[in-house]
Formats: sequence, C-alpha cells, structure tokens
Amino acid sequence: MAVKSRIVKGFISLPYNWSMGPTTTRFYEEFKNKRIMGTRCEKCNRVLIPARSFCSGCFVETTNWVQVSDEGTIRTWVLINFSYEGQPMAPPYITGIIDLDGADVGLPHFVGGVELDDLETVAKKVRIGGRVKAVWKENREGHILDIDYFKPIN
Amino acid sequence: MTQRVAIVDFVQTKHGEALEENVRELTFGVVRKLLDRVDMDRSEIGTMISSSADYWQGTSCSNSYYYDAAGGNLKSGSKVTEDSVFALIYGMMRILSGHHRTALVVGVTKCSECPSENTLTNLAADPFFHRPVGLNTVVAEALQARMYLDQYGPSEEQIARVVVKNMSNAERNPYSHRGGKFSIGEILSSSMMAAPLRCMDVPSTSDGACALLLADEHTARQLTDKPVFIHGIGWSVDHTYIGDRDLLNGALPKAAEMAYSRAGVKNPSKEIDVVELSDVTSFHEIMWMEQLGLCDAGNGFRLVEQGVTALDGRLPVNPSGGLFGANPFVARGLIRVGEACLQLRGEAGDHQVPRVNKALAHSVHGLGGQSHSVVILGN
Ligand SMILES: [Zn+2]
Repeated sequence: MAVKSRIVKGFISLPYNWSMGPTTTRFYEEFKNKRIMGTRCEKCNRVLIPARSFCSGCFVETTNWVQVSDEGTIRTWVLINFSYEGQPMAPPYITGIIDLDGADVGLPHFVGGVELDDLETVAKKVRIGGRVKAVWKENREGHILDIDYFKPIN
Repeated sequence: MTQRVAIVDFVQTKHGEALEENVRELTFGVVRKLLDRVDMDRSEIGTMISSSADYWQGTSCSNSYYYDAAGGNLKSGSKVTEDSVFALIYGMMRILSGHHRTALVVGVTKCSECPSENTLTNLAADPFFHRPVGLNTVVAEALQARMYLDQYGPSEEQIARVVVKNMSNAERNPYSHRGGKFSIGEILSSSMMAAPLRCMDVPSTSDGACALLLADEHTARQLTDKPVFIHGIGWSVDHTYIGDRDLLNGALPKAAEMAYSRAGVKNPSKEIDVVELSDVTSFHEIMWMEQLGLCDAGNGFRLVEQGVTALDGRLPVNPSGGLFGANPFVARGLIRVGEACLQLRGEAGDHQVPRVNKALAHSVHGLGGQSHSVVILGN
C-alpha cells in the first residue's frame, strides 16, 4: 500500500536559568542610570563593551571599569524586512553595529527614529560613518533593550 | 603527515524541500548505497562520525535517533554538531591515530521539519547581548554585505550574477533541490529582505543527507581505483561578540592559510582548479573567494562578471550550484567536500569541470562566518 508520510506536529518550550555573571550584571545595572560601561584591558589597552571580565585576545582578566559615550558611529546597518518566530519586533526595523565613542569594539543594536517606508529615504539618514545617539527608555530595568534604539544625529 | 588519508567514495540524497523519508531512513539510504558502491560490509567499517544539530532536529541528542541507521550500531561512533566538515576532520584524525583503517562520515538535516534558520540561529546568539536584538545568520550576513558594498562598491547586477551562475549550475546537478535559468532582472525584482540582501540573494534551506568513506592510503587503494586524497585541512573560529570582529577579514584567511600550508599550496588562484564553497548569500560567495586568497579583496565580483568562476571559466566556483542548489544546513559543508571529490574523479556529469587536479572545499558556521573550515583535495 503506497502511503504519504504522516507529519506529526510538536512544540518544545523549555525554561532555563542563565546566570549573567557579576560583570554583565553590573554592566546592566549601570544602564538604569543611562551609563554604558566597558572594561579596559591592561595589556592591549582596548576598552571592551559590553563590559566583560576578561580580554579573550590577550587572555587576561579585565577589572578596570570605564564609561563610554552613548553616542557613536554606525559601522554597518541592515533594513530588516522579513519575519521569523522569536523576532524582537515586527518589521520593518534597522539593526546596526555602533562604534561608541571611547570604546574599541562595536555594539549591535537597533537604529531608529527615522521613517522606514522606503530604502532610499532611509539610506539618506542612515549610513556607514553616520553619527547616532542612544534613545533610552523611560523605565529602565537593566537590560540591553533599556536603549530603545540609536537615533541619527548631525 | 606520515600517513595519507583518502576519500574512498561519496553519496548524497536527491535533496529537496521536504523529503518524505524520516531522518533515520535518509541516513540509512545514503550509508547503504555507499557500502554497496564500495562493496563493503557494515562490519568492516572502522568508526563512524556523524554531523547533525539537536535544535534542527527537535531531538536533544540528534544522533541517538539515527546512530544505528548511520551504520554505527555497537561501534565507536561520535557526533560533531553544526559544521559537518568538522566531522570529516574528526574522522581523518581517527584514521591518523592508527586505531582505524576506515571512517564513515555522515551528515543529515531536514530543514522542513524544524523552525526557520532565522529562528534557530537567533538561538545561537548569546542570551544577554545578541539574542534580544535579533541577531541571526541572515542579519549578520546582511551587516557584512553592507560593509562590503560600502567598501568596494559592486553594482547590484554584478552581485546578482552569482545567483544566476549558481542556479544555472544547479540545474545541471541531478542531486540539487532547485535550479534553473534566471535573468539578472528576475533576481533584482525579488523583494528586499534585509537590505542590501534580496530574497533571491539568500539560498533557502533544504532536506538532505550525505555519506563519505575515509580510509588510510593502503586501504583506500584496495577499495577504489580513484581515491581522492586530503592534502590539507584548516579551520579557525572568530570572537563570540560580533562587534569585536573585523567582519570583512575574520577567521577564513586563517583557516585557508592553515590548509594551504599543510597542502603545500603557495599560489591558490593558480594551483586550485575548482572551488566548492558555502555561498550563504550571493555577496558571501564573493567575500569568501577573496578571503580564501583566490583573488584580491574587492575584485571577486569582477571575476564573476568576467565569467572566471563560471562552469567553463578559469576558476569554476560552485559548479554543483552550491547552497543555491541545495542547503541542508548541517550536511551542506560535507556535500561541498563530496562535490569536490566528484570533480576530481571526473564523475560530476553535466556539471563536470575539465582538468581538475586540485580542489578546494569550504564550510562555514555561526553568525557572520564565526567559524570556517577549508579542505584541499587532490588525486
Ligand atoms: Zn587585551
């Protein structure tokens, strides 16, 4: 008897308890005061954000905390126009990598505060090398999304 | 290397959108066919290494489900997740250890059964920084594509030629999931998905499996008159945080350098006759070509435009159609190695490239090419 393969539906939803570790916890506690903190590596002298407890290049601990600016430069960006389960918000929206003033590595986050109807208009406001500033949420809980997005400034 | 390791034979499924057989049956199918081709009994297999991913299978230990179906029943088997070329490297090391004469390497993924690549690779991002902002493979690839575009300024048409070439090559490959003749206009009229990437710049996923038999030189020569030798392997892994990386010059040059040095390749663009690489997007075929040292940075799209990478070009890239032809996520890297073997043996049929003495296979895994592996093969 020739039969078609039956499809069995499944759904897996499982709880986890991830420890952020004390360094990441402090990094996000500082977000409540609108402060973005990095740690400086004594060996390569780079300021690393998010603040972390070690520099994986030099392979030494980093304990020296420094504040970086909430303004910076767009290293690259993408206009998201597709959907997937687990997406942070409904498209369209812009994701970018921001090189904050005073930091030596970039921060992936959203770029916002611009009309998103049309790619050409977006590209006039959002460009590689363009300046942006963090737009903080009114109620901050110590989370990466305490920053709503980075807004282009001139 | 005192001992040489050879690929005895390679088998793959006819890949597809949603294959009817379950993962066990797909795996059994390719391994059974492989053993028949080399006229070998399962009891003669030394060891078995498979490659699959738990999240992509919906089984928290993906190989426990198909271990016996892959020929590993009561054998010293193991699994490498995510990049199936790592499984090849693992199998090769087991032979070099002197404990095994043969190693079966198997890769399988049925993307039709699991959440989308976008969802599953967002779960590959760390939960504190990257995951909440929605990073995944396609987002990371679009961020790289934008940087490439800004730095080197290829036209949309120049990039679209990669898709035209690979889809046309895939049409000649009897195992591909899709393929066909497309015009540049058709590629450029597909919608912007993650600008600068259009829908047709990104190969969607597939169902598929493959199996490959490795052996030491002596055993390989007994099993086949066309052994393909592994001349060099290399791999490298970049920083976890995407903002820490140089997104246009990451782990791939390191992986390539390691493979070339083992294989004694001094001038890859002259010495390599055919390339099977993991074209995760049209832009990335070009970027990986450049980072493999096959051409200068910012020159890859010109080579594509000049037809250098076409089936009848000086340096054919992805004669099989690459991931545009079939993209069974975990198995795809091992398929690149298998396709390179077919080219070296002159068994690639309608997508055969003339005069192949040295071939390069490449695999990538992680967001924005966090990890790469490179294999140099020869007769
Ligand atoms: Zn350092």
